Amino acid sequence: MTSSLEVRRLAYAYPDGTQALFGVDFEIGRGERVALLGPNGAGKTTLVMHLNGILTAGHGTVTVAGLPVGKKSLKEIRRRVGLVFQDPDDQLFMPTVREDVAFGPANLGIGGEELERRVKGALDRVGMLEAIDRPPHHLSFGQRRRVAVATVLAMEPEILVLDEPSSNLDPASRRELAEILRGLDVTVLMVTHDLPYALELCDRALILSGGVIAADGPTRKILADADLLAAHRLELPYGFALR
Amino acid sequence: MGAGHNHQLYRAGDTLVHRLPPQCKLAAVAAFALVVVATPREWFWAFGLYAVLLAVVALAARVPLVFVLRRMVIELPFVVFAVALPFIGLGERVPLLGVSLSVEGLWSAWNILAKATLGVVASVLLAATTEPRLMLLGAQRLRLPPLLVQIAMFMLRYMDVIVDEMRRMRVARESRGFVARDVRHIPVIARSAGALFIRSYERGERVHLAMLSRGYSGSMPVIQDLSASSRQWLTAGMLPGAALVVLLGTLCGTLLVNGGLA
Repeated sequence: MTSSLEVRRLAYAYPDGTQALFGVDFEIGRGERVALLGPNGAGKTTLVMHLNGILTAGHGTVTVAGLPVGKKSLKEIRRRVGLVFQDPDDQLFMPTVREDVAFGPANLGIGGEELERRVKGALDRVGMLEAIDRPPHHLSFGQRRRVAVATVLAMEPEILVLDEPSSNLDPASRRELAEILRGLDVTVLMVTHDLPYALELCDRALILSGGVIAADGPTRKILADADLLAAHRLELPYGFALR
Repeated sequence: MGAGHNHQLYRAGDTLVHRLPPQCKLAAVAAFALVVVATPREWFWAFGLYAVLLAVVALAARVPLVFVLRRMVIELPFVVFAVALPFIGLGERVPLLGVSLSVEGLWSAWNILAKATLGVVASVLLAATTEPRLMLLGAQRLRLPPLLVQIAMFMLRYMDVIVDEMRRMRVARESRGFVARDVRHIPVIARSAGALFIRSYERGERVHLAMLSRGYSGSMPVIQDLSASSRQWLTAGMLPGAALVVLLGTLCGTLLVNGGLA
């Protein structure tokens, strides 16, 4: 079985010479939900930008369901990798929810009834079908984040990559989003430093620190290792303890 | 979600005019404006007939007079300019209520006022019956430069977001005891404006990344099919068509009268 995502010896330096990634290695199997943990400035966002070819690797490879990321495969790669950005106002740029969710599949050349089916299906999966004709800026923050997830689900991706999915959400929206993510039948890579959320949703966690994968294992085990967390500027919130 | 939402010009309804595809209405208003501008200023009654045509459209769209009048405030700068013309105009002068006015100035003022008013009323009616979003889709359909249409589309989407950001910055300033009272405070406001510009620019970059991630390749995909039937084109064409008949009719009439006299 091919894995959903395979990253091999990925290294990247910004044009100004700052090295951000120093050889990242990991693999995510189909259907897995994995948390990518790391302090600010660890290179998480840089890594995410490589997964759908927005940044091109200086060295190493990224393979999505057997297809290597490269100039020629860009269109298919962007269909396979659904990126949900941190600020839903960046993700939702069309005048209505319907048009926004349709944007991705329409760029893939899908139209007519199939487009309508995808839009409604994706909105239904995140419980936002009734908002289909509303402008995104009239929705609450939690609702916007759910619509943002729908915009990439409509492209029927191989892997869903979420950048800080729980940020700025109130506890109820946070729980609702968790329920939705748990119910999706898709591979998920969740970038976060919300450790309880990672534990709640992902069985496996990676720690990206200093541009390399510093740890890879069961989330519970990683979060229980206080010394490991401290070494990478990660901490459980006050009052939490794992054993 | 701030107040002052961007649909102030639109008046929801379900009339014949509302239902027409936006590209038909846009083209009709543009053609109507051209006919109006092409009409010589001396043909008073032609302008009267144009006004009647617009009144018929307003009636069909169920747009009340007060609604139109209130939104005509945008014409005010032109009115001020036009009113000044008879006083500052050169050439032959006529006394009116004890004030000496330029004849040429009076004609120019009438010309500007009549044509601008007709154009503004037509645009107000267009905006009142067409959602801003659909207007842009119509413009896209009419093959207006796609880049301009996309810029307008993003303006529509992000106006509230940016106004909200502006409000937060003001609250943050005032929370630290700043109140803009006189010119010395302008630099502070200017720096805020600069920061707002940079934030918006950065947001633009992030939005672009989000678009690329969903397969954007330079042009907006067609999501809503807005094709218009020839019947709808004909319906929309009735406004500029009727105006053109008035213009040509007057032209023929004038030629005949002049020819008869000669």
